[in-house]
Amino acid sequence: MVFASYNNIISGLGFSTDENYKAILNSELAVKKTILPFSIETFCVAKIDETLLKNRFSSIENTERYTMLEQLSILSIQDVMTQSGINPADEKALLIYSTTKGNIDLLENNNISPIDKKRMYLWSFANILKQHFNFKHTPIVLSNACISGLLAIIIAKRYIESGAYNNVIVCGGDILSEFTLSGFKSFNALSNEPSKPFDANRVGINLGEAVSTILITNNKALVKPYETQIISGFSANDANHISGPSRTGDGLFQCLNQLNVANKTDIGFISAHGTATPFNDEMESIAIERADLSGVPVNSLKGYYGHTLGAAGVLETILSLESLKNQTLLKSEGFESLGVSGKISVIDSFEKKSFQSFIKTASGFGGCNASALFSKI
Amino acid sequence: MDALIEKLKGQIIEQLNLAEVKPEEINPDSPLFGDGLGLDSIDALELIVLLEKHYGIKIEDPKDGKTIFQSLRTMAEYIKANGKS
Amino acid sequence: MNNIISYAHIKNNSVSVNGTPVFSSEKNATLSEFLSEAYKSMEISYPKFHKMDLQCKLGFLCTEFALQNTAFISENDLTKTAIIISNSASSLQTDKLHQHSIDDKTNYFPSPAIFVYTLPNISIGELAIRHKITGENAFFICEKFDAHLMVNYTELVLNDNASSSICGWVEVDDTAYEAFIFLVETKNNTNKNTIFKPLNQLVVTQIYNQT
Repeated sequence: MVFASYNNIISGLGFSTDENYKAILNSELAVKKTILPFSIETFCVAKIDETLLKNRFSSIENTERYTMLEQLSILSIQDVMTQSGINPADEKALLIYSTTKGNIDLLENNNISPIDKKRMYLWSFANILKQHFNFKHTPIVLSNACISGLLAIIIAKRYIESGAYNNVIVCGGDILSEFTLSGFKSFNALSNEPSKPFDANRVGINLGEAVSTILITNNKALVKPYETQIISGFSANDANHISGPSRTGDGLFQCLNQLNVANKTDIGFISAHGTATPFNDEMESIAIERADLSGVPVNSLKGYYGHTLGAAGVLETILSLESLKNQTLLKSEGFESLGVSGKISVIDSFEKKSFQSFIKTASGFGGCNASALFSKI
Repeated sequence: MDALIEKLKGQIIEQLNLAEVKPEEINPDSPLFGDGLGLDSIDALELIVLLEKHYGIKIEDPKDGKTIFQSLRTMAEYIKANGKS
Repeated sequence: MNNIISYAHIKNNSVSVNGTPVFSSEKNATLSEFLSEAYKSMEISYPKFHKMDLQCKLGFLCTEFALQNTAFISENDLTKTAIIISNSASSLQTDKLHQHSIDDKTNYFPSPAIFVYTLPNISIGELAIRHKITGENAFFICEKFDAHLMVNYTELVLNDNASSSICGWVEVDDTAYEAFIFLVETKNNTNKNTIFKPLNQLVVTQIYNQT
């Protein structure tokens, strides 16, 4: 059996999973209207407090030697190492890093940091983490658009099941950059207000930054946080368009359908991708209905955090594990009235409920989709 | 108007990388989207960039693209009515 | 039994299939020119090709060459065909194009058609669309071609959720480029035009280093 274990979330809502979960229960949003250094325009985005980051990181290392993403990743992984007691130098321990753009800020023309530009290469970035923690193995870096985080967890499960590793630390992260903001803006995909996943008035996404880490393990001694295992997880491609999702939700339907769902009534909720773009949410609703999961409540956490890209799948899985542990359905922030044609029921308030398992899904550019089923042992 | 249409043909072929399409194959009154040129949603966004870059026209609501980009002729008419150059 | 049934290389402006050179153009042709010539030589009509960035074009062509003369697409269940690709530079060349379009505030025209290619896995999407392949995806970033990772992860996917896979390395960087694609099947193919090499690290390292 493969278990989801100790973890950490660093976001605009805090530097630990606990802080983040509590903030959500208080309906706090990481997304805010913000003026960013590179633009006179106001963007609705989720930023991490850089002063707070500097304070925390300077207590362990020199901040000038590390990029923002490296600092965040070191802090996040360190938290999981401390909680779990995993030894990175262990033969059977592995780090998988999920990111879309890594140290993309090093590409900016006006970037004057003394840091070697080579760290734009994602493997080079991951080597910094390897060196810092003294991992025995070279980290595996996965860059598979917006499903990266969830796919990294699925890959970790496969490696553990094969016997190659006992403990896989999955870390996902991306920072806010002019690079991604300008790109999504050119796609006309950004919302200037906090986003409204699955709502009739949704207009687009908010971008956010976050780093999240979770330990995936086969060690029974480490199951304590959630007593939850990963039952199954798959990816699938729409084979339809490089940016637009399949109108009929083909790829998501395919991977949802493969999950070995023994009893649908055990599933408390689906943590959807829910970016709040018109096409994505519509596609998801259709795939969920096609997979005969219309009876399972759905939420998206993007209303709180925006789209945190490479971190999203890890962050949303962790909060879903908290939701399962606390037997509490998390409100899908920003949702008021259903604006998709597939039959789904969106969770519109925090609610106590007795349930055994949940499904996490993700979809992204390149036509990729992923889904995984988590269940109490 | 005809000169503008000819100019637009070249710009569209270049901007949208329609390497296998010849200017004379584009009928100014045929629909740009759908079967004709095989344009997709990214092309629609690129046409918005094209109007801004070459003609200084900013389309605030991309939904307007639907009517503006019906055909080469509607596009040219829109540029005539709104363009700076 | 997991077999490699065909493989292709593209580097130094030449293409080889199963170790045999099949196409080349002048050494001083740019990558873009070379890819156009290689595309023309295949005598296929696929207008989407011209919209791709260099990395996607390279991966697309290398895969077309590897598939040529095989029954990989017709004989396999494409819902169970995985696409597992890796490289070192991610989408860095296209990232630079996008960055360039936003460097100058007075000439600020980010292009959606460029931005969409600033993710390395778009090349997987292009292959999926071309051949209607809907199976597992993964794009890994490694310093160099890593036969161990590629073989190891392909085996895990074949054990879990795939019966065939398109695997390899598609890299475009500042000064060099290289593509290496190999096709893997679990069943015993009867097609005579294919080679049969067992999928393991030694074999993959050998055929990768062949050219």
